[in-house]
Amino acid sequence: MYPSELRYSEEHEWLKLEDGNRARIGITEFAQKELGDVVFVELPEEGTVVNAGDSFAVVESVKAVSDIYAPVSGKVVEVNDALNDSPELINEDPYGEGWIAVIEVSDVAEIDSLLTAEQYQQLVEE
Amino acid sequence: MLKRTPLNEVHKAAGAKMVEFGGWEMPVQYSGVLVEHRTVRTKAGMFDLSHMGELMVSGPDAMQALQAVTTNDLSTLEEGRAQYSILCLPNGGIIDDILVYRLPEGYLLVVNAANTEKDIKWLQEQLKGDVKLEDRSAETALIAVQGPLAEEILQKLTSISLDELYSFEWTSGDVAGVACMISRTGYTGEDGFELYFAAERAVKVWEALMEVGTPLGMVPVGLGARDTLRLEARLTLYGNDIDETTTPLEAGLGFFVKLDKPEFIGREALLAQREEGVPRRLVAFVMEGRGIPRKGYPIRDEQGNEIGVVTSGSFSPTLEKDIGMGYVKASLADAGSRIFIDIRGKYRPAEIIKGRFVQGHTRRRTG
Repeated sequence: MYPSELRYSEEHEWLKLEDGNRARIGITEFAQKELGDVVFVELPEEGTVVNAGDSFAVVESVKAVSDIYAPVSGKVVEVNDALNDSPELINEDPYGEGWIAVIEVSDVAEIDSLLTAEQYQQLVEE
Repeated sequence: MLKRTPLNEVHKAAGAKMVEFGGWEMPVQYSGVLVEHRTVRTKAGMFDLSHMGELMVSGPDAMQALQAVTTNDLSTLEEGRAQYSILCLPNGGIIDDILVYRLPEGYLLVVNAANTEKDIKWLQEQLKGDVKLEDRSAETALIAVQGPLAEEILQKLTSISLDELYSFEWTSGDVAGVACMISRTGYTGEDGFELYFAAERAVKVWEALMEVGTPLGMVPVGLGARDTLRLEARLTLYGNDIDETTTPLEAGLGFFVKLDKPEFIGREALLAQREEGVPRRLVAFVMEGRGIPRKGYPIRDEQGNEIGVVTSGSFSPTLEKDIGMGYVKASLADAGSRIFIDIRGKYRPAEIIKGRFVQGHTRRRTG
C-alpha cells in the first residue's frame, strides 16, 4: 500500500525523486480512500514556484475539498493534464497514472525530512 | 454519544463509511457516491432514513391546530395522501420543511432528523386546543427504495398492487410480512417508495429487500448520493438551502404557501413579502467550465460585485457538469442570466437555469 521507494508527508502526499532533482508528487492510497470518488483536480500552472507546505493544488471529491501541499520547495515543471478529464485516476492508480505534478526541488536535502514508508504507515495506523 | 438507527450494525457489516449527521451516526457511502448515485438513476437504490423524525398529531382539534402552524392547506389533504408543507416563524423564516400524512387517527408529520427536538418544542408551544402530540421517531423505521426498478423490487414482497399507488399517495400493507405504511414519495427525483414500520423489524425488511433487489442491480445508498440526487432534482435541503433566515417565497417554495388560508404563523410576513417582492431568490445554476461550487462561496456579477451566496453545490454525476444552488439578488436571478462563482478567488462563470437539473421519472396521477 505504501511503496518503500517513495517518501511521504504528514499531509498524505507521496514524493518520488527521479533523475537529478525532479520529484514526482501525488496523494497516497490512504488519502484517496478517505476522500472517496475524486471528481475534480485543480492543477497548478507550470512554472509556479512553491515553498514546502504551500497549498499548490486542490483535489475535490463529491463531498470534500482538499488542499494538496507541496512537500518540498521548488518549481512546478510538469503537471498531469490527464487529471482534467479523468480525475478518477487518483482513485484508480494513486502512485502511477494518478500523479499530480513534478517539482524541480531547490534543495534535495529537504526530502530527508519527509517520512519513510514505514513511518508513514505508522502515522495512518494511529 | 451519537444516536444510531436500528440498521447501524447492518451498515457497518456491509462496509459502509459512517459519519456524523444531525446527531446521528449514518452511512455516507457503501460502494462509492458516484456508483450509488448512478444506480439510483438507472436501476434502484435503498436508503436507511430511520433518523428522520415522525410526530403524530391527533385529537378533535388536530386539523385546525396544524392549519395554524403549517403553510400548506391541510383541508385539501385527503386520506391516503401526503402533502409537502413548511413550519414558519412569525417573520416567515423556515423552522422546518415536512411531509404530512393524513391517517385515520390523525396526522403524521415527517421532519428533518436534526430538527426533530426543535420542532417538538415549537409544536408543543404553538398547537392550540384539544390536541395530542406524540414523538414516534424512536419506534419508527424508515427505509426508502428509489429508482426506475423500485416498483418491481418492492412488488415482490407485497400483495398491495403498487401500480395503483401514485406519487404522493400511501397505503397500509405488508412488506415481507411486516405491517408498513407504503408511501410513493422520495427525495431523489426518481420514482420510488418510502416504508414506515416498527423499528424492531428494520433488519428483517432491509434484508428481504436486499435479497430481492440485489439480483436486479439494487444497491444500498448512503447520505452522500442522497445529497447529489436531491440536488440534481433541485430539492432544497434544510440547513443548506433553507433555514430560519430564509423564507419559502425566497426559496421558490411559494406553491406550498397558501396565503388565502385565513391564519397561520408567518402569514402576515409572507403576505408583506409577496407585496413588496422578495429581495433574493434561490436559483439553480450550471457551471460553464470546471470548478465545483460549494456552500458559502460568494456569487458575483460580471463586475465582481457580490450578489449572492452558494447554498449547495456538487459535481453532477448525471450531467457530468458542476452544478449548484444559491441565493441571488432578485433583480439578477432570471433564468438564462450569467453569474460568477467565486471559487477560491477565481470567478468562474455559470448560467442560471429554469427547472430541475435532471428530470427523473415519477408516477403522477393525471386527469
